[in-house]
Amino acid sequence: MRVRKPLLGAAGLLAFLVVWQLLPALGLVDRQYLPYVTDVLGRLVEELRDLAFWRRLGLTMSSWAIGLTIATGAAVVLGTMVGLVPFLRRATHTTVEFLRPIPSVALIPLAVLLFGIQQRAALVIIVYASFWQVFVQMIYGVADVDAVARDTARSFGVTRRERLVYLILPTALPYLMTGVRLAAAVALILAITAEMVIGNPGLGRMIELSRSAGDAVGLYALVVVTGLLGLLVNVFFRFVERRALSWHQSVRGEEVL
Amino acid sequence: MRARLLYPVGLPFLLLVVWALATTSSTNRFFPGPAAILDAFGETWIGPAFVDDVLPSLSRLAIGIVAAIAVGVAAGTLIGLVRWLRELSEPLLEFFRAVPPPVLIPIAMLLLGITDTMKVVVIVSGAVWPILLNTVDGVRATDSVQSETAAAFRLTRWERLRFLVLPAASPRIMTGVRQGLSVALILMVISEMFASSAGLGYRIAYFQRNYLVAEMWSGILLLGLVGVLLAAVFGLVERRVLRWYHGIKEVNRG
Amino acid sequence: MGELLRVEHLRKVYEPATEAIGDLSFTMRAGELLCVVGPSGCGKTTLLKCLAGLLRPTGGVVEMHGAPVTGPSPAMAVVFQEYGRSLYPWLTVRGNVELPLRHKRLSRVERARLVADAVEAVGLAHVARSHPWQLSGGMQQRVAIARALAYEPDVLIMDEPFAAVDAQTRADLEDLVRDLHATRGISIVFVTHDVDEAVYLGERVLVLSGAPTRVRADLPVDLPPERDQRSTRALPRFTELRTQVYEQIQRAKRGQNVAP
Repeated sequence: MRVRKPLLGAAGLLAFLVVWQLLPALGLVDRQYLPYVTDVLGRLVEELRDLAFWRRLGLTMSSWAIGLTIATGAAVVLGTMVGLVPFLRRATHTTVEFLRPIPSVALIPLAVLLFGIQQRAALVIIVYASFWQVFVQMIYGVADVDAVARDTARSFGVTRRERLVYLILPTALPYLMTGVRLAAAVALILAITAEMVIGNPGLGRMIELSRSAGDAVGLYALVVVTGLLGLLVNVFFRFVERRALSWHQSVRGEEVL
Repeated sequence: MRARLLYPVGLPFLLLVVWALATTSSTNRFFPGPAAILDAFGETWIGPAFVDDVLPSLSRLAIGIVAAIAVGVAAGTLIGLVRWLRELSEPLLEFFRAVPPPVLIPIAMLLLGITDTMKVVVIVSGAVWPILLNTVDGVRATDSVQSETAAAFRLTRWERLRFLVLPAASPRIMTGVRQGLSVALILMVISEMFASSAGLGYRIAYFQRNYLVAEMWSGILLLGLVGVLLAAVFGLVERRVLRWYHGIKEVNRG
Repeated sequence: MGELLRVEHLRKVYEPATEAIGDLSFTMRAGELLCVVGPSGCGKTTLLKCLAGLLRPTGGVVEMHGAPVTGPSPAMAVVFQEYGRSLYPWLTVRGNVELPLRHKRLSRVERARLVADAVEAVGLAHVARSHPWQLSGGMQQRVAIARALAYEPDVLIMDEPFAAVDAQTRADLEDLVRDLHATRGISIVFVTHDVDEAVYLGERVLVLSGAPTRVRADLPVDLPPERDQRSTRALPRFTELRTQVYEQIQRAKRGQNVAP
């Protein structure tokens, strides 16, 4: 019973690869547009041995990491402030509701004007998009502080600072983790997108170069790489979230019962 | 009463004033004042450009969203209900969800050429994953007593789908749709920046390349408005579809 | 009156090796109100699901009108204990009551009449357009009863339906069940863990043993058919019967098995 699931999953993956291989092999799709999966995987292995590939990957991931860090830092500070002070929350509400739905990619032209074809232009986009994910979660998290716990703290004369460190931040932590997990995925998407559109060096630019050079094999290989990268980021942050919040999950589990 | 009016417009007004003051005193050509942007907005978008650039973009967006919802909900329901299908497709779905949607654009260009179909396909193939995966989760989480009730009263397969499975999954489906909407908007813009000679995304990139700064800003403003409008429409639909869901939450809270 | 339900040598084992029902047999006449009591965890819900065709027995048979029950039957309607989860929150009261009638071949008018009649019978006509979650627990359970009534079953199966409502509401609902039984002549299997409730409601009380479940006692309730909360519960015979059932359950808890 327990082997069934991974076995079926592997079978699904295999079936997908076989179909991919068969489509060009049977001439259903032109090889120029959809190359053999064997060729693509072969290229993938080649890339993994190439130092230049790793350098590009490093550039993309450094944009991702820097952008995510700046966005998270800013969102934690601003989100906590706005979440704690009712006046700020009410005053910023409409502004936030207008700014948040603006698609970050709309800012690409502005970023290019300001910074040209540089990493900084990409960072503008990455930070803008991932900031909101964390910011909104932070506001929810801070608002979730138990009223009784807050009153208790207040009645014992706990200082403002202590309340922040021992009550508010721990309550908001699960929300923060969720926000960071979502932001990490968004930041990766935009790091690669920015490189594709702006043209600062990295995996995204390589994808665009492969396309314009008509190198379909290279293009598909890089797309597979970005998928694996996304998978890695998802799995990693889900793992961290579960690890860090094991106490929280168990508390929640009891509530459900 | 005055406070109720002051809160929503206070900060936006303040920001506008600050912006206006800052731009009159500085000569930074990348940041035109609000009046200049507003002027450019009227000149650029009201008129033929609306028909040539804005409407086609928005209709591609709409078609893409509708198709993504239809495909995502249908496939998600099927996968959620059929266990072997779920186990078969799980690793694949995890992978496809993780692929950054914009990298699909070069592939779609390769397979379909630079066409309207390509742009719609790109929107669908990016926006479908959050909808599909959330539908799977929602369908799987159908309450056991609700299912037993359906069995005891011998509801037909179709009735179960229409009155039990889909409504029960609807909160999760709406979560997926919300995520799908923002992906769809991003893909609309990018696909036009990338491969187009018309459309909103193309126009904005064009203005930037030609240093038409106020026009570029007006384009950003327009995209912002589209985003806000999309969010507002979604909010309206969501409140209607999930009236019961929000009602229960309110009852539990109060 | 003829025989409606026959349960013979019913046995249910959950995999890998939990024997919920050992060997259970009883019959029920048409028009009877049969209460089933037993210590908690004695497989009452399992029995009920077997009766309703929601669970397949490991051994033995459940027969309805002489034909074996192999799945949920249109001749039975179930009222679940968890009213909050068995009603669909996205439908109104009327929608919930109407739902099981949709695939019955009824005209629109006939269907509307059945729904209105059932909602009226449980006293909820004034909230027919509300959603279940806008109602109190007792009212929600009335909706579930209305849904079962509109389905027009031969037998109504109720699984501890009032376990989660407060005492006053519970008394009202008990009288509703007595009343529906008397006016509509509907057969009812009423599962409960409450001895008083079983004696007050039933025409017959079936006492179950602890798991693996058997029938421990089968007692006719010879109280007058006209019952009301105050006077019936004050009758000496009521107290006697209650004590009888109570002692049987106490012995069942201690695990003494009697030879049938």
